[in-house]
Amino acid sequence: MKLWAQVTDPILHQNPVTLQILGICSALAVTTTLAAALTMSAALTAVIIAASGIISLIRTHLPSSIRLIVQIIIVASLVIVVDQFLQAFFYEMSQRLSVFVSLIATNCVVLGRTESFALHNRPLPAMADALGNGLGYSAVLIILGTMRELFGRGTIMDIPVLPTIEQGGWFEPMNLMLLAPSAFFLLGGLVWAIRSWRTEQVEKLEYKLAPAEEPRR
Amino acid sequence: MNDLVALFISSAFIENMPLTLFLGLCTFLALSRRPGTAVWLGIAVIAVMGVTVPLNHLLYRYVLAPGAWAWAGMPDLDLSYLRLLTFIGVVAAAVQLVEMIMDRAMPALFATFGVFLSLLAVHCAILGGSLFMADRSYNLAQSAVFGLGAGTGFAVAVIMLSAIRRRLAYADLPQGLQGLGIAFILTGMMSLGFSTFAQVALP
Repeated sequence: MKLWAQVTDPILHQNPVTLQILGICSALAVTTTLAAALTMSAALTAVIIAASGIISLIRTHLPSSIRLIVQIIIVASLVIVVDQFLQAFFYEMSQRLSVFVSLIATNCVVLGRTESFALHNRPLPAMADALGNGLGYSAVLIILGTMRELFGRGTIMDIPVLPTIEQGGWFEPMNLMLLAPSAFFLLGGLVWAIRSWRTEQVEKLEYKLAPAEEPRR
Repeated sequence: MNDLVALFISSAFIENMPLTLFLGLCTFLALSRRPGTAVWLGIAVIAVMGVTVPLNHLLYRYVLAPGAWAWAGMPDLDLSYLRLLTFIGVVAAAVQLVEMIMDRAMPALFATFGVFLSLLAVHCAILGGSLFMADRSYNLAQSAVFGLGAGTGFAVAVIMLSAIRRRLAYADLPQGLQGLGIAFILTGMMSLGFSTFAQVALP
């Protein structure tokens, strides 16, 4: 039961991207098409589950002074494996993602979870937590990827959904959706939507404006 | 010389790390609440990128690249799959070294500056800079200029965002947009502005 909560919690309540500002770097760059977003999600989820499992297994033997460098090396080695796998079997996709697969190694979601959770917990809960965070990250990527591909090209997974004008339909593709700024706007809107629904996630103001004085007569 | 200037401008503005390539966004958003911290963060990124990108270039070219071991009779040896691990190690070590030198030489500066330095060991923009260098096979001068340019671009963007966010204290925002939400939308607007640099004709 507790394991289930650990998997589902990070998807909405504790989403690593929209609540904790972790791992945004790659979340935005790879979402111009849904296929790229899915590949990236799968790669990150695989890396984070394996890294959490391994680090949780060796947690009692790990001196705290070198724990960071050991974690980085474990994560980077796993990323190399994933990168080589993609290059071998999905060459075109790995060219399209270019350096962003390698950058999973410095993705704050992975290090954040291994550092704050896997180091203090047994392998099974650690992997459940990693799976949850991987899914939470994937959820954001899939939402952004779907919206950008649908409105930028009129397709989902390269299947035409909105017939574009070029093909005799009515939909004018919005080129802005494929450029960098739209990713920021969409993610800002997503954060706004989630926080309007779950008001407990709203950030507290650092300072408040004093109410204006009554004008003197 | 001309193409080095062009490379500097293109890496700083046209291919701005946080605004067009989405690299280093975590620190970009987390440390841009106040202009003071943003200035220090910018300087730290310029310094670390200016050192690590050329250093990684030397390592990549003479140790890891395919054919780098030809002089030792191993022309087929290709270690380039190890580049990620090497680059991360170099960045972490360089950061540690800069920290130690600063602690020794300028303890007062270190007290304000040191926190940001250790953060930079796992910074997407810095690692990304080295990976781009390897992907685009720059030479030594180009990688030094590219490192400094990309660092400058990051510094300019983070200082600008922090200046805007300080002004936001006087804005009456909807509840859900406060903090992270509005920061994303602001970044999007800055990114729109920076996309006009793409039209700049370089020599």
